[in-house]
Amino acid sequence: MTGNGEAPAPAATANDVAVDIAGAGGPLLAVEDLRVHFHTDAGVVKAVDGVSWSVGRGETLGIVGESGSGKSVSALAVMGLVPVPPGKFESGRILFGGRDLLTTGEKELRAIRGKEISMIFQDPLTSLNPVFKVGHQIAEVIQAHEKVGRVAARKRAVDLLAEVGIPNPRQRAQEYPHQFSGGMRQRAMIAMALALNPAVLLADEPTTALDVTVQAQIMDLLLRLRAERGTAVVLITHDLGLVAGHADRVVVMYAGRVAETAGVDDLYYRPRHAYTLGLLSSLARLDRRRTDRLKPIVGQPPSMIRVPPGCAFNPRCPFATDVCRQERPELAVQAGAGPRHLAACHHSDQVAQAPSVVGVP
Amino acid sequence: MARYVVRRLLQMVLVLFGASLVLFVCLYVVPGDPIATQQGPGHKLDESTRRVLERRYHLDEALPQQYVHYVGRVARGDMGESFTFRRSVNDILGEKLGNTLKLGLAAIALEIFIGVVAGVIAAIFRYSFLDVLVTLSTTIAIGFPTFVIGLALQQGFAIKWHLLPLQGTSGGLRSLLLPALTLASVDAALVARLMRGSMLEVLRADYIRTAMAKGLSKRVVIFKHALRNSIIPVLTYLGITFGTLLGGAVITETIFNWDGVGLALVGAIQVQDNPIVLGVVTYGVLVFVLVNLLVDLSYAVLDPRIRLS
Amino acid sequence: MADAALPPTVGPPGVGEVTLEAGATGFGSAETQASVLGIRVQTQFGDIWRRFLRNKLAVVGLVMVSIVFLTAVLAPLLAPHEPKAQDLSATLGSPSASHWLGTDDLGRDQLSRVIYGSRIAVTVGLATILLALVIGIILGSLSGYLGGAWDAVIMRVADVFFAFPLLIGAIVIVLVVGRGLTPVILALGIFSWATVARLLRSSILSVRESEYVEAARSLGAGKFRIVTRHVLPNSMAPVLVFAMVSVATAIVAEASLSYLGVGLPPDVPDWGNMIASGQKFFGYKDFLWFFPSMAVVFTVLGFVFVGDGLRDALDPRLR
Repeated sequence: MTGNGEAPAPAATANDVAVDIAGAGGPLLAVEDLRVHFHTDAGVVKAVDGVSWSVGRGETLGIVGESGSGKSVSALAVMGLVPVPPGKFESGRILFGGRDLLTTGEKELRAIRGKEISMIFQDPLTSLNPVFKVGHQIAEVIQAHEKVGRVAARKRAVDLLAEVGIPNPRQRAQEYPHQFSGGMRQRAMIAMALALNPAVLLADEPTTALDVTVQAQIMDLLLRLRAERGTAVVLITHDLGLVAGHADRVVVMYAGRVAETAGVDDLYYRPRHAYTLGLLSSLARLDRRRTDRLKPIVGQPPSMIRVPPGCAFNPRCPFATDVCRQERPELAVQAGAGPRHLAACHHSDQVAQAPSVVGVP
Repeated sequence: MARYVVRRLLQMVLVLFGASLVLFVCLYVVPGDPIATQQGPGHKLDESTRRVLERRYHLDEALPQQYVHYVGRVARGDMGESFTFRRSVNDILGEKLGNTLKLGLAAIALEIFIGVVAGVIAAIFRYSFLDVLVTLSTTIAIGFPTFVIGLALQQGFAIKWHLLPLQGTSGGLRSLLLPALTLASVDAALVARLMRGSMLEVLRADYIRTAMAKGLSKRVVIFKHALRNSIIPVLTYLGITFGTLLGGAVITETIFNWDGVGLALVGAIQVQDNPIVLGVVTYGVLVFVLVNLLVDLSYAVLDPRIRLS
Repeated sequence: MADAALPPTVGPPGVGEVTLEAGATGFGSAETQASVLGIRVQTQFGDIWRRFLRNKLAVVGLVMVSIVFLTAVLAPLLAPHEPKAQDLSATLGSPSASHWLGTDDLGRDQLSRVIYGSRIAVTVGLATILLALVIGIILGSLSGYLGGAWDAVIMRVADVFFAFPLLIGAIVIVLVVGRGLTPVILALGIFSWATVARLLRSSILSVRESEYVEAARSLGAGKFRIVTRHVLPNSMAPVLVFAMVSVATAIVAEASLSYLGVGLPPDVPDWGNMIASGQKFFGYKDFLWFFPSMAVVFTVLGFVFVGDGLRDALDPRLR
């Protein structure tokens, strides 16, 4: 596979990958070889097709990909929120607290949701129930998991609102979601998600629906809370810039598969997958000459019903050769790169030799 | 909220004036002989009675003033006298009102209960046998006019199987069942369909996903979060269809010989006793407008987005 | 991969036929899921027709409605007897070879009366909805597009007509004007236009601010042109669906009026009349009210199915 004289890197097994990716202290939550397929009238949508990632205590994992890359679905799978009639779990495990969440019963899953693993979503306006007061919705999650009286729960809700930086929390708790601004709503959602101090927070595009200035505030809030509580954060986004500034490790997904995973600096300075390289090259950057043209990746992401054989990226890849069109590349440890840097590319060596896009660290 | 209430009240007053104008035009302006129209064209009046009535209805004055008098009369509740019974219309209607109320309330209760339960079940168990059953039966039920259902129910339960009384108000709750069911049927089907659709849409909403993500049980998610939101359009719909309920009551009372306001209306139509007819129509409009107002206000109570805007 | 005949969708550009994220997983409103293209795809008539045809119930409804129509048009050819012809020697006869649906108390052939009854039903249904549509569309578009004082006044007037339940209002009109076909049509139409106007108005309100209207305006199109070429065609969907259902409602209302004795004169072969007179023999000559009732149900269901099918075919979100 590699052509530069080095011994071929051993293909990693799913288990290796999970352990490899984990941060210090071992993984808190590990997704192993997950396959989620949706059986629709139009065909089988392989939303998640052999994905592994994990996150450790206090770590921020960024999952990056375009719409349709399957990043959200893998998070929903962790929460057990994938509707199973169209969806089917073809294989894989989701390990948390010594259990495989995919085989755990609904009752236990319910105990975990909101309390040990929480999720926040993209659009806070539609994600909050419009007919209930905000304070009530926060208190609800507390009361659902702990034997706490209404008054005590409400008080905690108010405290939480204060903690996420909402002024006048007692008054605000009595208001409805439509009376909050976009940023405030997302803060309220964060308060709701962190109310019971979960070990893991899944954040699905938490800032996409917000103004840029508010985005920064929300991310700062998230990271502050993470630092204070040691929560592991899985940040799902399409925004490379967001990930660059806030994640410790990154997983790049394409067409339902993991293309590459590495520490954040390592990924940006030493990409090893053609797709990652393409993404980074297409960014508009301050330090580039203004007359340089932007270099988008040619083509479109594939229809998830008809994923190209072999490497899913091959139709758009400048390095593609026959082997790419026939054999699906496995995630392999990259020699000469940072620690626990894996890429699924037959020509990662060529990618390694491409001129550094982001500049020398 | 207060502003909303005031606004709706003003609107209601405007509408009532408008409706009274429409009725006025129908009664005084269009027909050649307003007295005959109001008393009943078939009834012959002698000269002295005619002159009394002319003075009473102020027919010698200009139209706008006649309108003022008319509104005054209606506002005072003076619906005149029934020609055939020689009693005040209000007295006659007052006697029958109780029966109609019983029928109406029973029908509404049945409508809501059957409709909401069927709709929720169909939505929760989507694509299952129950769902298909509910969807199909409600679709077909819409095609049956009230009187067909009434006749069919009578035929089945009263005549063939002798389970329930054929007609009349005397049997207590047993005699109430068929008429109430008849009156409720079409609306119940529509409510069920609406509820199902509303529930299905709400269940797809983001906030339901959030509720699940909080670890709430399915029961709580459905009956607290989803129901609260999905029932709002159903309740407003009930307000709109209250009008068809009024019309349906007329038919149902006729079929089952239910001694209520609707039956009085039909009887009055057949003998051309128009004071009763007009009395029923006037009260009917008034009640309808009031009910719509109440429904609108309750809508504001249920949906905080309206209340606080 | 680009398929010109794809059903219209609103989705992120560049994604294949199936949007993966929220929609496929079952959660997420259309808004969350779709990126805002700002362009409302204008479906072609052919597309709508094809989608309509895919809906089995809708097709059944169309067949049913066609049957009723054809019966009405071809009544003289189909009916074996004259609908008003009395044969006092054969009164109250049960269904037999010579009288498929029996005869009533005046010896009139029920089958012929049911067949001719379809004429009344169709006439009333169509005429009513035509009246309601004409008034409703004109007033609704004025109200929706011009807004301001027009809107306020027209909507208040509509409210007044809303205050009368259909049956009750119709009774008043018939009382004043007299019985007969025209008063019934007038009465039903007068109390139906308000819903048309309201539907059209809210539809227009949402279409009015669309970007393609803005585009047309910026190209210098006058108000009338904008309304007729751009706004109206895109707002008509709910109105059309209502029109279908409204025909059904009108037919039922007319039958109800006749049943109560305020519709058409009793010798006219009208389904409502037939049910009313049939009720006299309730319990032993049930065929007298049964067949006209079935005729009503059949007709109404046909229009309801078509209406539902139309609604699904016109809905850009494909449920």
